[in-house]
Amino acid sequence: MSIFSYIGIAVTFIIALIIARPTGHYIAHAFDNTPNRLDRWFHPIEKWIYKFGGIKGENQTWKQYAGAVLISNTVILLIAYAIFRLQHVLPLNPAGITNMSPDLAFNTAISFMTNTNLQHYSGESGLSLFSQMTAIIFMMFVSPATGIAVAIAFIRGITGKPLGNFFTDLVRAITRILLPLTFIMALVFVGLGMPQTLHTVVTAQTLQGTEQQIGVGPIGSFLAIKELGNNGGGYFGANSAHPFENPGGFSNMLQMLMMLLVPMSLPFTYGKMVGNSKQGRVLFVSMVMMFVVMLSVSLASEYQGNPLINQLGIQHNAGSMEGKEVRLGEAQSSFYSVVTTASETGAVNNMHDTLTPLGGLIALGNMMLNTVFGGSGVGLLNILMYAIIAVFLSGLMVGRTPEFLGRKIEGKEMKLIAVTLLIQPLLVLAPTAIALMTQADTISNPGYHGLTQALYEFTSSAANNGSGFEGLGDNTPFWNIMTGVVMFISRYFSMVTLLAVAGSLMAKKPVPETSGTLRTDQALFGGMFIISVILVGALTFFPVVVLGPIAEMLTL
Amino acid sequence: MKSKSSMMSRDLISKALQQSVIKLNPKLMARNPVMFVVEVGLIISLLLIFVPNAFGESVSTGFNIAVAIILLFTILFANFAEALAEGRGKAQADSMKNTQKEIIANRIEGEQIVAVSSTQLRKGDIVKVVQGEMIPGDGEVIKGLASVDESAITGESAPVIKEAGGDFSSVTGGTMVISDEIIIRITSDPGESFMDRMISLVEGAERQKTPNEIALNTVLISLTIIFLMVVVTLPFMASYLNIVLSVPVLIALLVCLIPTTIGGLLSAIGIAGMDRVTRFNVLAMSGKAVEASGDINTIILDKTGTITYGNRMASEFVPTEGHSPQEVGEWAAVSSAFDETPEGRSVLELMKKQNWEYPQSLSEGAEIIEFRAETRMSGLDLTDGRKVRKGAVDAIRKWVVSQGGTIPDNLQANNDAIASAGGTPLAVAVDQEIYGLIYLKDTVKAGMKERFEQMRSMGIKTIMCTGDNPLTAATIAREAGVDDYIAESTPEDKIAVIRREQAEGKLVAMTGDGTNDAPALAQADVGIAMNSGTVAAKEAANMIDLDSDPSKIIEVVAIGKQLLMTRGSLTTFSIANDIAKYFAIIPAMFMVAIPQMQVLNIMNLHSPMSAILSALIFNAIIIPILIPLAMKGVAYKPMSSTKLLRRNLFIYGFGGVVVPFVGIKCIDLIMQTFL
Repeated sequence: MSIFSYIGIAVTFIIALIIARPTGHYIAHAFDNTPNRLDRWFHPIEKWIYKFGGIKGENQTWKQYAGAVLISNTVILLIAYAIFRLQHVLPLNPAGITNMSPDLAFNTAISFMTNTNLQHYSGESGLSLFSQMTAIIFMMFVSPATGIAVAIAFIRGITGKPLGNFFTDLVRAITRILLPLTFIMALVFVGLGMPQTLHTVVTAQTLQGTEQQIGVGPIGSFLAIKELGNNGGGYFGANSAHPFENPGGFSNMLQMLMMLLVPMSLPFTYGKMVGNSKQGRVLFVSMVMMFVVMLSVSLASEYQGNPLINQLGIQHNAGSMEGKEVRLGEAQSSFYSVVTTASETGAVNNMHDTLTPLGGLIALGNMMLNTVFGGSGVGLLNILMYAIIAVFLSGLMVGRTPEFLGRKIEGKEMKLIAVTLLIQPLLVLAPTAIALMTQADTISNPGYHGLTQALYEFTSSAANNGSGFEGLGDNTPFWNIMTGVVMFISRYFSMVTLLAVAGSLMAKKPVPETSGTLRTDQALFGGMFIISVILVGALTFFPVVVLGPIAEMLTL
Repeated sequence: MKSKSSMMSRDLISKALQQSVIKLNPKLMARNPVMFVVEVGLIISLLLIFVPNAFGESVSTGFNIAVAIILLFTILFANFAEALAEGRGKAQADSMKNTQKEIIANRIEGEQIVAVSSTQLRKGDIVKVVQGEMIPGDGEVIKGLASVDESAITGESAPVIKEAGGDFSSVTGGTMVISDEIIIRITSDPGESFMDRMISLVEGAERQKTPNEIALNTVLISLTIIFLMVVVTLPFMASYLNIVLSVPVLIALLVCLIPTTIGGLLSAIGIAGMDRVTRFNVLAMSGKAVEASGDINTIILDKTGTITYGNRMASEFVPTEGHSPQEVGEWAAVSSAFDETPEGRSVLELMKKQNWEYPQSLSEGAEIIEFRAETRMSGLDLTDGRKVRKGAVDAIRKWVVSQGGTIPDNLQANNDAIASAGGTPLAVAVDQEIYGLIYLKDTVKAGMKERFEQMRSMGIKTIMCTGDNPLTAATIAREAGVDDYIAESTPEDKIAVIRREQAEGKLVAMTGDGTNDAPALAQADVGIAMNSGTVAAKEAANMIDLDSDPSKIIEVVAIGKQLLMTRGSLTTFSIANDIAKYFAIIPAMFMVAIPQMQVLNIMNLHSPMSAILSALIFNAIIIPILIPLAMKGVAYKPMSSTKLLRRNLFIYGFGGVVVPFVGIKCIDLIMQTFL
């Protein structure tokens, strides 16, 4: 790996670190319910949306808020399902793409609505332009906006403020954050060479004299929201490994910055909203530390390459290049893999199936923890849930009823969190076991790697990441329905339970801070947070990881 | 209720051993889900001993038996911990029950006195109790005055005076009248008396899980279910790789991963916490109150008796013109030679402290002039004819003038200076000469300043309530180092302060004894009533201090904190242990099928079988090893929460990671010699 690779990674990461704070503060500002400067810019547009949608913007209880999330998302999901099922007869279908099968449409609708973007189809052959530009793009905006809205409501609740109104928050997330940036970045991406057209194919004359059909489409705009909203679903099956979805080094870097932007900013938003920037900074620094460890391991492992190839005496100064784009190289591909799994985006610029076992383990680990930044909004939700667990354990250790932001964490909150904790291992381990027992024939590699393939698919679904390890024959009713169910439950279950936690904490009388209060804005608490993530989150997956990537690594 | 038996008497242990077997009953086990899972594991492995191929694969019988035995002991150890904690409470209850015999009561019915059994007494009955008789039930003295021996409940052998009206009118059933006679109105029905409540409390019959315990329990159950899912799905995944995992190995993995250490000790920690309070001679009406005391933000303390001795003590000798302080002291000491009042003794103590001698021979054979309300002075008429007096300044002044003496110029100035500083001046005179003043001060109890300092570091605010004027109150407050004070306070003031603090979200504790304290005691989050106090105060409080020592509230706070800390620390320890157990069991499980797994065997354990058994044995024996800690509680020194967390995180978090690595390796080394 050349020195330039390191510099490239360092520069990208440093830019991400630098822009996180102002963006975080901007987001806090955007959701501030008291009249503020941003209203002048956005209110004229929003006013019409509210009027058209009949949104009054009154504060909702946690049940109303959660209900609004569930109902609105389900309705959109059903509309998307209908579009996928009818796309053959709907307009804007120059390529004459056929209707999606029921199970694939089920999977795809859930996948995009839950911000997962697990794709069991290939964009070029599976979706019409209409489907891409309405159902897919629409959900690509609404789903991250939903995540951000819920996170903002959660923060409001735990600081004792009213949760706010879901529809107002949803609109603001789109008008004030996602849409403006998407607009700008779409132009930038087009400038970098991405197609933006309503044609679906261009025909090229090759040197050999044959004709080649090359797929194109409205990709620039698609790409911007794909990365910014932590969606990750590719316009093409090859995702960001396709030159039109990722023309070169600069677009590659921009995509990573966009994936990290919202997840890395939200801790600062949180700090700003609770009125103590240190609270957010502690969590941010803890996550950066975990991220750096993950990235280092991945880079090292990919750089060393495949021991089997090394034994053959083949020089590979470029690191493990199997499944990676030559124009991007080993370092930028590994970095991209870590970023896309850490931010739960799921866009890929290389084949995760061909990562070295340890590199694959890091991608898996990021999704299993789901706390190294995590997706738009939901990442912060998950992080705050672990923060509450850390508060609970350390609060007991200092001999007080645990308090978080001056509110007591008692039986009710812990019950909700305990159930939430259960759901992720349940959604990963049980389906993986079922798949391994019944669907062995759809797994391309038997043995440890095959186990990892199945595990990765469900981990990615449960974390609402959406990247595929690939190598699975996954467009079957089993995989479509099973992952669909996993994505749906995983996404909404924790949203509802955590909104309930916020509702419960909101109603509590704040306890004043004294020197006996456990400080949650100090490095020590950051350490406690990491310990909680590792002990409570990571230990669960140790046995299965040993049987998958670790066994593969040891036996290579 | 001072415990007579030692903490771990032989009798207690043998009873606990019996109980730990009785508690194997699955119905009882189901109350503790973590240990219930272990018991289910035990039942499955027992089944496998008799039907080795119940789950298809037949397993090594020897290994299976070993697993079953270790599981049995894991449960027994946990049961033993609980039984031991319960047993200590029971032992106390039993000794109390012995005192609660049926008593013959003399019930006054109209003009007559009828002898009835104490069990027939009802609320409102009037009984007469004379010298040498037991008081048949809780009640209030409505007539008479008697000294009562309350050692049955307080363990304090000195009798207390009970009289009608006022704050000393409540009597407790089962205590003995040792002089005079009293008429009592019974205030409780049989089975609801103070003694009955105490017995059921210490027996643990009324023990309900506290909010915090419920929260922690939920987390433990959740972790148990998570690990259950991990272990149940594992054989399916392994079978995809054609690796067969035997049931006993899976059970071993499950039992090692679920938080058995804290699960086994949790109820013992709770019971022991209550017990620690009881042993401290404080009766907590609920575990919740004990937990709440750990969260206290503000403590309201009465000045007199809590912060100060309540008696005025000599603190300085202030001479009049022409005399030295030592001279004043000498004559004051002479006058106090036979004075047994606290003031008199404090004069002699002050002399000793100053290393001043006084002519003791002077007082020999002198005539003692006792303090009388009319004269307001006391002293001696010496054999050489001189008369020494000390007393109220104006009384002495009159006495001196009446003998033709003169009043020194600076007497009034000194007198005013002392009074305005919150002290009480006493004048010392010999015949017609006034030597000076004794500065009597309400003295802050030894060590109080340090305790308030500690409380401040714990983040607890102290407020002193006193009937004194603001000046005196300020002086004492400054000397004692309390954060705030209320001078000339009324019971209403106390409630107002409690409400004010509570409105800010603070938890407030207070002590009290009088009937007029009752509303404030009820309003406070933790109200501690003195046992010497009135029935109303005791009913309103959620703790009763049997020794009637108001400063004990500070220890109660520490016990509350210790209770939570013990839970938190052992939970962290228990979860942290999993890392080492994984590294023992996981490689062992797969090593046969995947020899390269040896890399993960970082402890270099002897064989797969010894590795699994070592982890399982460690998992079992850590429970009894930690029983003393669970009973005693994690050591607590008042310090800031950050320091406390760092310390406990290091000991129980870091220790929790390291100790099992060492422990499992040691057990494995020992097992090697047998295998």
